[in-house]
Amino acid sequence: MTALLSLAWQSLLNRKGSVILTIVAVALSVALFLGVEKARSGAREGFGNTISGTDLIVGAPTGSVNLLLYSVFRMGNATAEVSWPTYRKIAERPDVDWTVPIALGDSHRGYRVMGTTLGYFDHYKFAGGQSLTFAEGRPFNDLFDAVIGSEVALELGYTLDSPLILSHGLGSAELGGGHENRPFRVAGILKPTGTPVDRTVHVSLEAITAIHVGWETGAKNPLADTIPEDMIRSFDLTPKTVTAIFVGLKRKGTILTTRRAINTNKGEPLMAIIPGEALAELWSVTAVAERALLAVSAFVIAVGLVSILTSILTSLNERRREMSILRATGARPHHVFFLLVLEAGLVGFLGALLGIVLVHSLIAVLAPLLQAQYGVSFGQGLPGMVDLAVLGAVTLASLVIGAIPAATAMRRSLADGLSVRL
Amino acid sequence: MNESIIEVRGLGFAWKHGPQVLDIPEFGIEPGERVFLRGPSGSGKSTLLGLIAGVLAPQSGTIRVLGEDMAKLSAARRDRLRADHVGVIFQMFNLVPYLSVTGNVLLPLRFSPARRKAAGADAEGEARRLLARLGLDDEALLQRRVSDLSVGQQQRVAAARALIGAPKLIIADEPTSALDADARDRFIALLSEEVTRSGASLLFVSHDRSLAPLFTRAVDLAAINRAGAPA
Repeated sequence: MTALLSLAWQSLLNRKGSVILTIVAVALSVALFLGVEKARSGAREGFGNTISGTDLIVGAPTGSVNLLLYSVFRMGNATAEVSWPTYRKIAERPDVDWTVPIALGDSHRGYRVMGTTLGYFDHYKFAGGQSLTFAEGRPFNDLFDAVIGSEVALELGYTLDSPLILSHGLGSAELGGGHENRPFRVAGILKPTGTPVDRTVHVSLEAITAIHVGWETGAKNPLADTIPEDMIRSFDLTPKTVTAIFVGLKRKGTILTTRRAINTNKGEPLMAIIPGEALAELWSVTAVAERALLAVSAFVIAVGLVSILTSILTSLNERRREMSILRATGARPHHVFFLLVLEAGLVGFLGALLGIVLVHSLIAVLAPLLQAQYGVSFGQGLPGMVDLAVLGAVTLASLVIGAIPAATAMRRSLADGLSVRL
Repeated sequence: MNESIIEVRGLGFAWKHGPQVLDIPEFGIEPGERVFLRGPSGSGKSTLLGLIAGVLAPQSGTIRVLGEDMAKLSAARRDRLRADHVGVIFQMFNLVPYLSVTGNVLLPLRFSPARRKAAGADAEGEARRLLARLGLDDEALLQRRVSDLSVGQQQRVAAARALIGAPKLIIADEPTSALDADARDRFIALLSEEVTRSGASLLFVSHDRSLAPLFTRAVDLAAINRAGAPA
């Protein structure tokens, strides 16, 4: 077999041009497949990394995926809020260690604004327990201080003390309906986290209340802007409601009983979710799309494999003579068969190998960029089991596909005998 | 052991749905003989060579190669017999384009352990010795792609390949028809010399009657074949 392998290798070298094209076709298809797979597992990892250390998330009753999406990923909107007294009730539960209430609903030039407490900077953890750290500045201190995520700072070119105007809802300040009269100032800029935090403007809960003075009916009262800032500062700015509450428990063991207690809360209906569980539910939803994407890229690999078949089949005619020579010098029909099977296998193997190298070089070069720019993480940089499995599967599939031209060549060489055709 | 190299008796062969191509009552080659077999194209000589080389099986009569009854051997055994004991030279385009000159000469050793053993431990050296005796000892020439060699050079490489590992029978099918007269005579002389040196027998097929005196015996295929072939 080694004699045949070296023969196959030299035969491929002789047809370098077309063989390299075929290898590249296979490599690209494998790279696409692995790219999709790595983006998929990277996305899962990224989502999984977004929240850690939080035991429960509490909000108004809705779907658990929905609650997770709007509270952690800033996607979608809450349909209802949790009243302040109810929040206090949860915060004062004996099994609760800490709570971080958040209030969503406003935005700043497309970035979500989140009202929260200083506890957020202590208790919010991401990527396996990392805390938020400041690139510049410090947490909000004054009523109109804001802490911005790294992407907000980068994209909008904000530095410390930059002024910013929030918009009511998700509209833009330029279109009016904004909180033009209550400008904020950047007090702190967070380091990149690769999570939605990078795309968030953080202010205090009281600030959210303050900018909504005069908005009690849901729309802006024409007289709202006539209330001077001093007067607002003198108001009781304790919020009436919060959007969601991050909860840390004293003992993880009570997580299920605490959840049940909150879910069956007498009075205001509430919903408590375990982030990991809600994520799993989310994955079961996205799994269909992921599978479709993987199936498409698997078909692209199949196209790559067919290109191996095509290149070998088209070469068979001009190699008819070569097969006769091999037969005359003692090659048995199975030698002819395995020669072509090995050629197909070698092309598949080299193509898959090149594809893996390609995808990992691309990730190595682009991952830091993608992470910083879009918060997309591509998982581990080193080739893993998935790559090995793809390498093995593609090589095996090429060997199997090679059997088609190999059988043709073998049949022909038997028919041709020693009569060499030109 | 002095058995015949080739022994044909009452051999008959026809292609499927075709007329009888071969009907040879008797034909043989003894050890050490260099036989010239004259036959124009279409006379069934390729079929006869295919039968001797074992890629075809006879339909009637017997054909013994090195004492083995080819009709009784499986296709695999016939292949093995050819791999171990028969060297073949074609009319032209004898060489595998992607192998070097020595790579081509060494090709039979890939498929036959017996010839690998006969060629000795230094097969590469043996290939070079054979090439040198056939007049191909220019190192630069050996490094060339085989497709860049002249036809005469290619035929000599093919001869070296047929000879390596000391097969008992060399079959040459019109090996000189693409050569000019000078190259042809030189090729036959060198081939005859090496065949004699290795103790093999030679079956040399050509349509060119004038070559007959260069061999120990000349046979006209039309004379031994009773099947009505166009002469």
